[in-house]
Amino acid sequence: MPDLNPLSLWRKLLALPNESRAKTLAVAFLVSAVCTVIVSATAVILDPVQQANRRAEQAARMDAMLAAMPDMAALIEHTGGDELETLIIDLRTGEPARDVAPDTLDVEHAFSDPVSTTPLDPERDLAGLGERPDLVPIHVLREDGRLRLVILPVVTQGYQSTIRANLALEGDLQTVAAFSIIEQGETPGLGARIDDPAWQARWRGKRVAGPDGQLRLSVVRGGGTDEFQVEGITGATRTGNAINNGIQFWLGPDGFGPVLERLAKDGR
Amino acid sequence: MKWLRVLSHPILDNNPVTLQILGICSALAVTTSLTTAATMAVALTLVLMASSVIISTIRRHIPSSIRLIVQITLIASLVVVADEIIQAYAFPISQRLSIFVGLIVTNCLVLGRAEAFAMHNPPGPAALDALGNGLGYSLILLIVAFLRELFGAGTLFGWPVLPVATDGSGFTPLKFMLLAPSAFFILGLLIWALRSVRQGQIEPPDFKIAPDTEERRP
Repeated sequence: MPDLNPLSLWRKLLALPNESRAKTLAVAFLVSAVCTVIVSATAVILDPVQQANRRAEQAARMDAMLAAMPDMAALIEHTGGDELETLIIDLRTGEPARDVAPDTLDVEHAFSDPVSTTPLDPERDLAGLGERPDLVPIHVLREDGRLRLVILPVVTQGYQSTIRANLALEGDLQTVAAFSIIEQGETPGLGARIDDPAWQARWRGKRVAGPDGQLRLSVVRGGGTDEFQVEGITGATRTGNAINNGIQFWLGPDGFGPVLERLAKDGR
Repeated sequence: MKWLRVLSHPILDNNPVTLQILGICSALAVTTSLTTAATMAVALTLVLMASSVIISTIRRHIPSSIRLIVQITLIASLVVVADEIIQAYAFPISQRLSIFVGLIVTNCLVLGRAEAFAMHNPPGPAALDALGNGLGYSLILLIVAFLRELFGAGTLFGWPVLPVATDGSGFTPLKFMLLAPSAFFILGLLIWALRSVRQGQIEPPDFKIAPDTEERRP
């Protein structure tokens, strides 16, 4: 009868010559298994703490973005209370989703854990998302019922990471009030310089669409820029292109285009 | 006494950075401020010690045909764990260190100690050797970071030390110190200074440059 006692099997394994095939395989397998368990356990156990960190940082960046727009900070101060109004937009219709409470969906979950999505054709999928979540929260700031600020989330596939940003438009929905990167993992020293406030400041005051209503806001490589163009970062062409594509997508017909049209028409 | 030598030998006599010229990449990248350098130094020392102890414990059972893969797997796992912990409990620093904690895996220092020392010695000395090498690396990192942060930003650990010029008077930060080449210069000067004091560290030249006798004249 074969000996099945695990302890003696273990001893037998250790007693094998190191170069034997069985021991080589066993050591390789055991080391991988132990390492897998340790790495996975750390990742799972520490995930809640890391997510809390990330959320806190995103909130801080939102605040920083609002603070970078002088009149907006003053306006929020002035109106007081829970300043920004959150609207959950159903991108299939371009209307606010009436049956979803605004505080049940934050931007992070809208993209990481969407309730429903619409698959995108490759040629329309400028932002490289694969599928677009249907419900996305946007933030709106009003003064005396008049639209003052609209903050839209922009998510796009960058060179080596998913870039998440906020694009703030002024009340006329034609002027960029601010652009702020929330999360990115681009090449340090090159693409990662989109984090630089000096670069983000180049967005302020740019116009969104030409007189014909055609979307003209874009990131361009070097050279002269006009009132619609933001100069990209040297050495980070792919990152710049990714942001450009993200802007084209999210301000376009598959993104917030219809929403902005409706907001511009009736200011609701 | 002998154990003490295992610990102290790598700090000055056989420093991994200045004598063996290992771990240069991270020494350039994370030394713009003392905070990041210290975090990196602690992370590397802990990873180095843990990997040395583990590898030394199982050294008799590692088949030599796959020993490098086994070592690298263990080191990579420890590095990921360290990275996750830093991301969870020192988030702002992890943002500034970006990928360089993960790059400890490729730091020859860790694999070098595993292969050269931990594979042939029991866990106790292996731990001491790892600690010594970690401290040697940390020492150099902190010296470089001290100089770079002091002269590049006028601060130490983020605290203002030199009054930075705001209205024309005072200290103007040397922006050059915050760029990677300055770390090369500081490291080079350090190695020069160290080898002037300890002549034994000077390597014999591999070859002599003979006068060019076949020089063609126009």
